[in-house]
Amino acid sequence: MTTAAVPVPRAPRAGWSPGVLPGFGLSTGFTVLYLSVVVLVPLSTLALRSSALSWEEAWRIVASPRALASYRLSFGASLAAAGVNVVFGVLVAWVLARYRFPGRSLVDAVVDLPFALPTAVSGIALTAVYAPNGWIGRHLAPLGVKAAFSPLGVGIALTFIGLPFVIRTVQPVLEDLDAELEEAAAVLGAGRWQTFLHVLVPILLPAALTGFALAFARALGEYGSVVFISGNMPLRTEISPLLVMTRLEQYDYAGAAAIAVVLLGASFLILLGVNRLQAWARVRTGRA
Amino acid sequence: MSAPARPRRPGEDPPAVRIALTALALVFLAVLVLVPAAAVVVEALKDGAGLFWKALRDPDALAAVRLTLLVAAIAVPLNAAFGLAAAWSVTRFRFPGKSVLVSLIDLPFGVSPVISGMVTVLLFGAQGWFGPWLSDHGVKVVFAVPGIVLATVFVTFPFVARELIPFMEAQGTEEEEAALVLGAGGWQIFRSVTLPNVKWSLLYGVVLCNARAMGEFGAVSVVSGHIRGVTNTIPLQVEILYGEYQFRAAFAVASLLFVLALVTLVAKKSLEWRQHLARREGARRSPA
Repeated sequence: MTTAAVPVPRAPRAGWSPGVLPGFGLSTGFTVLYLSVVVLVPLSTLALRSSALSWEEAWRIVASPRALASYRLSFGASLAAAGVNVVFGVLVAWVLARYRFPGRSLVDAVVDLPFALPTAVSGIALTAVYAPNGWIGRHLAPLGVKAAFSPLGVGIALTFIGLPFVIRTVQPVLEDLDAELEEAAAVLGAGRWQTFLHVLVPILLPAALTGFALAFARALGEYGSVVFISGNMPLRTEISPLLVMTRLEQYDYAGAAAIAVVLLGASFLILLGVNRLQAWARVRTGRA
Repeated sequence: MSAPARPRRPGEDPPAVRIALTALALVFLAVLVLVPAAAVVVEALKDGAGLFWKALRDPDALAAVRLTLLVAAIAVPLNAAFGLAAAWSVTRFRFPGKSVLVSLIDLPFGVSPVISGMVTVLLFGAQGWFGPWLSDHGVKVVFAVPGIVLATVFVTFPFVARELIPFMEAQGTEEEEAALVLGAGGWQIFRSVTLPNVKWSLLYGVVLCNARAMGEFGAVSVVSGHIRGVTNTIPLQVEILYGEYQFRAAFAVASLLFVLALVTLVAKKSLEWRQHLARREGARRSPA
């Protein structure tokens, strides 16, 4: 084999355009290495660990009554919480984007609190408020509503941590919205409600759905804010991430990994959906 | 005599609707976010400031504070360095697989905190891949500080990169290319052109990364082993105290994290304001 040592200027290959700036090798190399060491290799152990199980064993763990009950609760409460967040998220985004009132910027900052507050703190605070003797729980108890230590409590915690997602995806769309669109609808004789339904809803839909999916994905994996308020009773108020935790504490690594793979698969499917939604929204609104 | 009512613009809601929607949004935010936030402060101070200070001066609480600061001091700079490298690679060069790389960076956001902690156990635990080798060499990762650091690095991995990538993408490469033409070397360009340009965006990512690093609960809970005064971070200390029905002490320690959340929100808002100003300044400088 002969290699000609003639310094031929390399023609840029299609798709390869390292550009004129230096540091391509260093920055890309470090990025890929760090990503692999911190994220990819650790995550791949999950797949390998659960593949140590035979199909029957894996199925027995993944479809055990306790696991099924935890999926029902996790998916059900996450869906309900994301649904509540779509309705109230669009409302809050509307109020923040459209109306001017004293303390508006303070309210805008409060929206980010569920992101900023560590989940363990949210968890004990929500439990204190919604427990039967708590500030809100004590008014619910006489009505026969058990908030904390019930599936409802799980839903409340998941609504809390999902709150910013819908607001923060819908709000910028509303702020960028051209007033002319609504004025045109009004001039053409549409009522306010008709304008909302036929002009605004189609524009806000992609953003609201994206926020819904992000809140849903976050809620599925949430642990800290839920474990305090849920009461953690197997088959009743045990969420799937807690079941993973329980299996780990019993050193049942393969069992934990099997349930973790189910959870992980679900959240990746949702995030894949989010990517599609965002592409759709870009086409729809023509924004970059 | 009252002034005649200003005619409403077609896109404007009538005052009654405005007030009703604003009130509904505020009540929702108050019940879900403000009441629990207030509960943290009230519960912490319920039995007087003396008990509050005593809980904070407890040696285990102080050890938890020290550990939390240590973990953040390792995890945040690592992920900030990664964020800068990733943003430089992804926004300054074109290469095949770039979009895959960008989506992989977001991966940890889609992973439940419990699973994030679990992969560390699967790798380095007693039954993990490297576990036996590590224990032969007297290194303890799981149920020790290194495991807590690893889990935190995993969870906070995307924060800085996510802020920098869109920002540097929008900024373009012109200034760096100008510096190159003027004879600057790679590191010089990075230090004197790129870093000053992205500093607010970088700081924004660092603030969010730090908040999560200090407040992470689920992932750290899996790997810590909850050894008092040794492997307890602040959120874990809160959990332990709460589990022992030491509610005052739990909320007192939690109030530290509450203050962290408030500081984070204030820093976030002021950085958003700075970025807004910088963008306006930039727009004025280049008449486009």
